[in-house]
Amino acid sequence: MPLSKTLIEEFSNVAGADAVMTAEADLASYSYDAAVLTPVMPELVVRPKTLEALGHVTKLCNENGLPMTVRGAGTNLSGGVIPTKEHGVVVLTNGLTRIIAINAEDLYAVVEPGVVTAKFAAEVAAKGLFYPPDPGSQAVSTLGGNVAENAGGLRGLKYGVTKDYVMGLSFFDVDGQIVKTGGRTVKCVTGYNLAGLLVGSEGTLGVFGEIILKLVPPPAAAKAMMAVFDTMDAASQAVAAIIAAKIVPATLEIMDNFTIRTVEDFSHAGLPVDAQALLLIEVDGHAAMVEEDADKVETICKHQGASSIKVAKDAAERNKVWEARRAALSALARVAPTTVLEDATVPRSQIPAMMRSLLHIAAKYSLTIGTFGHAGDGNLHPTILTDKRDKVAWQKVEAAIDEIFDAALKLGGTLSGEHGIGIAKSRWLEKETSRGTILYSKKIKAALDPKGILNPGKIIGA
Amino acid sequence: MADLRRLARMLKEIDDQMVTCMRCGMCQAVCPVFADTGREADVARGKIALLSQLSDEMIRDPLQVKERLERCLLCGSCAAACPSGVKVVDIFLKARAILTTYIGLSPTKKLIFRGLLAHPALFDRLLSLAPSMQGLFTHEVDAVAGTSCARFMSSLTGDRHFKTLAAKPFHELIAPMDEPAGASGTRVALFTGCVVDKVFPQIGLATLKALAHAGAGVYLPGGQACCGIPALSSGDTQTFRKLVRANLKLYAGKSFDVLVTACASCTATIKHIWPDMATEGFSAEERRAIAELAAKTTDICAYLTDVAGVSPAAEPAAGPADGRVTVTYHDPCHLKKSLGIAEQPRDLIRANKKLRLVELPEADVCCGCGGSFNLAHYEISKHIGQRKIDNIRSTGAAVAATACPACMLQIADMASRTGGGIQVKHAVELYAEGLED
Repeated sequence: MPLSKTLIEEFSNVAGADAVMTAEADLASYSYDAAVLTPVMPELVVRPKTLEALGHVTKLCNENGLPMTVRGAGTNLSGGVIPTKEHGVVVLTNGLTRIIAINAEDLYAVVEPGVVTAKFAAEVAAKGLFYPPDPGSQAVSTLGGNVAENAGGLRGLKYGVTKDYVMGLSFFDVDGQIVKTGGRTVKCVTGYNLAGLLVGSEGTLGVFGEIILKLVPPPAAAKAMMAVFDTMDAASQAVAAIIAAKIVPATLEIMDNFTIRTVEDFSHAGLPVDAQALLLIEVDGHAAMVEEDADKVETICKHQGASSIKVAKDAAERNKVWEARRAALSALARVAPTTVLEDATVPRSQIPAMMRSLLHIAAKYSLTIGTFGHAGDGNLHPTILTDKRDKVAWQKVEAAIDEIFDAALKLGGTLSGEHGIGIAKSRWLEKETSRGTILYSKKIKAALDPKGILNPGKIIGA
Repeated sequence: MADLRRLARMLKEIDDQMVTCMRCGMCQAVCPVFADTGREADVARGKIALLSQLSDEMIRDPLQVKERLERCLLCGSCAAACPSGVKVVDIFLKARAILTTYIGLSPTKKLIFRGLLAHPALFDRLLSLAPSMQGLFTHEVDAVAGTSCARFMSSLTGDRHFKTLAAKPFHELIAPMDEPAGASGTRVALFTGCVVDKVFPQIGLATLKALAHAGAGVYLPGGQACCGIPALSSGDTQTFRKLVRANLKLYAGKSFDVLVTACASCTATIKHIWPDMATEGFSAEERRAIAELAAKTTDICAYLTDVAGVSPAAEPAAGPADGRVTVTYHDPCHLKKSLGIAEQPRDLIRANKKLRLVELPEADVCCGCGGSFNLAHYEISKHIGQRKIDNIRSTGAAVAATACPACMLQIADMASRTGGGIQVKHAVELYAEGLED
């Protein structure tokens, strides 16, 4: 049975008539995210423009037992914002875009959940400060979505990920009550660390209101370089040696041979197409330290058998190094109609083993897989290039994804470094954790959300 | 639902192009309509998703999809920024054509496109009567931008400050020309374009002056038809084909080195959209002629700087208070994003030593005109235009320059309704003003 007119009117009353969408085409446009999964149509879409209205909408959903899925920019790669089949309500946060405060004295900011990550980072930079988390979708992704997914990015190795920047939160429970956790101080041990529980909870435990984020001073200088290797093992050993030398680069990225060739075909940047691996490295910090670290990294790479290493001399050359990395996904995406971007992550010492597994899996299922990613933190992005309309090929892709997860787990890694579990990986969760973990999580979920209205089916399954 | 199945089959034709969209959502960062509304159905990813779902028969109401498909400026900002290189504008034009074939063209559009636009001579005659009568219905509101307001509110004009039709269209001011190659050894064909012809004939005159100065002989045929983009963006492929064919008769097989237009939208249409869209219903010979014409087509600013060698004047030694007039420049989407032409019009302005060019913040963000988008979605168009005019005013420039007459209509409307005082000009006009008579 469709939602009643009276009920839809109630949503209009709390959020405004122009905030409620019920037309078929509007509903259809919120039936998917960036994951390669089957779309599911919601029955209602609401776009509150105040936090107060967001609280009312949450309460209304709970009172009527309507499963609600909070959606920012819809860039999720694990189906986290695909709504629920029966009576699904999508609640948009992109009408909640206020940056409430950027405090340069106490190094924090307060934002609403719909603020776009890159816009926020730019505002922060304009005040002479730095917000490091930089997920690949930052030009459009929202901070609310970043917190809900505990988004990572290129700077994870040195600066950490979103969870390392959440100082506090206010969120709505299913009754629309405001819950507060953490605060504006570096130290705060008041009550349970609910922020820790909510970060990465993918909209299953509460609905974010105000988010308090930590800011840091920006590094004074940075230096980028590109090292070319004849074997993946040599490149991986260089990564380990850099860390062993107590240097923590801001970014330490790797590209495999297939990705190198594809990027070169696409951008003609002069990349070495015969190289088995490229390391793209950036060190940052105090100018003198940057010089010293860059020298050390260069020496280490040479010592580990780099066939060549190029240090960017100026901003333009630095930009060129990163252009190659930024072009990786674009270039790969043009090879085939469907791009499946995975993010299995292993301890960094296991990168060569993981790379070997990926080559083996690609050969076994005769699939094209290009791999690039964050070598410094072991977070690889094996990217499967296929055509989802080809049923036989798609079955192979699904089998290959299963094996990729298996390989990562065997090496002591994890299903997902930064894309989330959502619905795409929930059936794998027990394998990485334990039956007890699932039961414990389900008990928390049942206690906080007895009717199961908060993004049901995500992470821990139905 | 047998009928919906037919529509689904028609949409399968563009499935290969649609499937390249990986739903990453990066288009949200650059779409001017999405920036205003925040609605997924307004951004390229949303529209492509709707079309695929219609083609998968998950959506039952094609009218809703058509309506949302039309909430688009066709500015191509999404295509220019797309990580996987989806040919968004191509998909949208084809989808509009398919949906219009399936649903039918609205009676008003039928009258305008098939009754009027498709018959260039009739279109010209009718509009040449209009200037003498428009004073009865309009009054001047901004003498600097040259805009007027309707005396009586009508559903079509609303409260726009629109540019009135020129007293005499370009084709009445200038007889057809068929000069031999000029002193430079080149012969240039000129495609006037409707807005230049009927609203801004002075751009046509400036173009001729610049071409003469460059030593180019001019081929300017009479009886030119519209480039076809208004019909095509409404999904009317029948009229589009008719217009392309009418223009082919005038230009194909004639000997000239380049075809120039002073309208970014006409240039992008002839150069990219003709070869992409004028396929079905054209003979192999016609398609070859279209490809040849497309290859020879360029924008007037790019021709003057890249081919004729116009370069910026030397910067005077004096500071900012050197008596020069301050100009700022807006990048038309169809010039920068479709054709990659951005420095050339700026250089053309810099070539006039009486002018000082200051860079416009967000210069390449769409002005919000989008042709008939402005008519159908004036509120959104106005919001987008507001940001453009705020940026223009922030530069303190006395002249807002651009290189597309459609952008000029929008900027003149916005300048006028926000207090006026800003001249709106084409880069080639500013360049021609600096030439010795």
